Amino acid sequence: MRNIFVIAGRELAGYFATPVAAVFIVIFLVLQGVLTFNAGGFFTRGQADLVPFFEFLPWVFLLLVPAISMRLWAEERRLGTIELLLTLPVTEAEAVIGKFLAAWVFCIIALALTFPFVITVNILGSPDNGVIAAGYLGGVLVSGAFLAVGSATSAMTKNQVIAFVLGVAISFVFAVSGYSVVTDFLDRNLPVLASIARGFSVIQRFRAISQGLLSLSDLVFFASFICFWLFLNVIVVDHRKAS
Amino acid sequence: MAALIEIRGLTRRFGSLTAVDDVSFNVERGEVLGFLGPNGAGKTTTMRMLAGFVTPTAGSAAVAGHDVTAEPVAARRALGFLPEGAPTYPEMTVAGFLRFTARIRGYGGSELASRVAAAIALTELQSVRLQPVETLSKGFKRRVGLAQALLHDPPVLVLDEPTDGLDPNQKHEVRTLIRRLAPEKAIVISTHILEEVEAVCTRAIIIAAGRIVADDTPAALAARDPSGRLEEVFRAITRPPVLAKAA
Repeated sequence: MRNIFVIAGRELAGYFATPVAAVFIVIFLVLQGVLTFNAGGFFTRGQADLVPFFEFLPWVFLLLVPAISMRLWAEERRLGTIELLLTLPVTEAEAVIGKFLAAWVFCIIALALTFPFVITVNILGSPDNGVIAAGYLGGVLVSGAFLAVGSATSAMTKNQVIAFVLGVAISFVFAVSGYSVVTDFLDRNLPVLASIARGFSVIQRFRAISQGLLSLSDLVFFASFICFWLFLNVIVVDHRKAS
Repeated sequence: MAALIEIRGLTRRFGSLTAVDDVSFNVERGEVLGFLGPNGAGKTTTMRMLAGFVTPTAGSAAVAGHDVTAEPVAARRALGFLPEGAPTYPEMTVAGFLRFTARIRGYGGSELASRVAAAIALTELQSVRLQPVETLSKGFKRRVGLAQALLHDPPVLVLDEPTDGLDPNQKHEVRTLIRRLAPEKAIVISTHILEEVEAVCTRAIIIAAGRIVADDTPAALAARDPSGRLEEVFRAITRPPVLAKAA
């Protein structure tokens, strides 16, 4: 347990020791701001809520979160430090979880820095802050889901670009799987898969949470989704560590 | 008492290539084993299996009585390992990196500070302790890797080319250090520098194409050739048969 936090601490410090942290946070905040205020019509809607903000959040995460996770293992492999890390007295699961937690905490920091949106709507009107809190919880869960995918793809290669592209591609599948374009197609051709696709839709589940509908099934879904990809991550690390 | 390093029938195959083929040896406390062989002979793979980084295809390896596959964490606790090329995290400072490995090894508070200070003193890194590792020369980087391996004063040291990239003075320092540590530990070093074997090792194993082809004291090995030079013996044993015939 202690090792997980030591590894997470080192990894998190690593983000801030390089320009990665600053670049990510600035781009994230600018993108969220532009999309919410301009594309989302934050002011013209005349409603004191963060619906436009949360509408775009998972798509911005889809693009940016794999950029955070891509270095987790690919960089260790490129530098050869994976040999150092995995010959210290730690288990592979501790290393995987520690690295994932560092990236997740980093995403949560970036998300927390969007607090001016919350202040703005509270000055302009009286929003339902409970719903906003649920939206942030949903954001944390979506970033965790995409990070877990990205961390696993990062363990498959020493090339960060490949890790990034694979991470975006796989996350995209789970992002759009609940959209009618996909489910209608499956309904017509493979009805069995259609309901599975709906069940795996990260974005539909995020929408429900961000509307304030917190259900146990959604929380269990995100928890199992993250655990599954981290489990896969451990297997990939164990299998390919020396190759 | 059992040997600190016990290797039995250790084998590792990568696809159709057998990198390490049925290698067995023990290393006792007080021994410094020089691990020699041409590039690609299986030295690094054997050391990686000993450190638990590569899983053996067959056979077993134990460090201080702990099997590296059954009890990997206990085995690694007893082991100081310098991986090939001495990889370190480039953005971390020397002291920060050593504090990280000390924390992973379970140290905290004043004990952690004194362990890190001792490792820095042992490898003479005082002048660069607050510099990021990426700004250091090759010799300093190697010593940071060495400091990390020595930090917890382990009974077993496995060092893959510990003096590679060091200048003659630094090589001398590291050899002196290894000799000083030797009585209390079992040490395995791999190297291409044969004079180093004669200078620090109590025993030498020569490995070629994954198999042990010689296991003796450096002096006894050198005496196998009329010239009395270890280099000639090494060449005679490890040259591929075709080349040996042509010569």
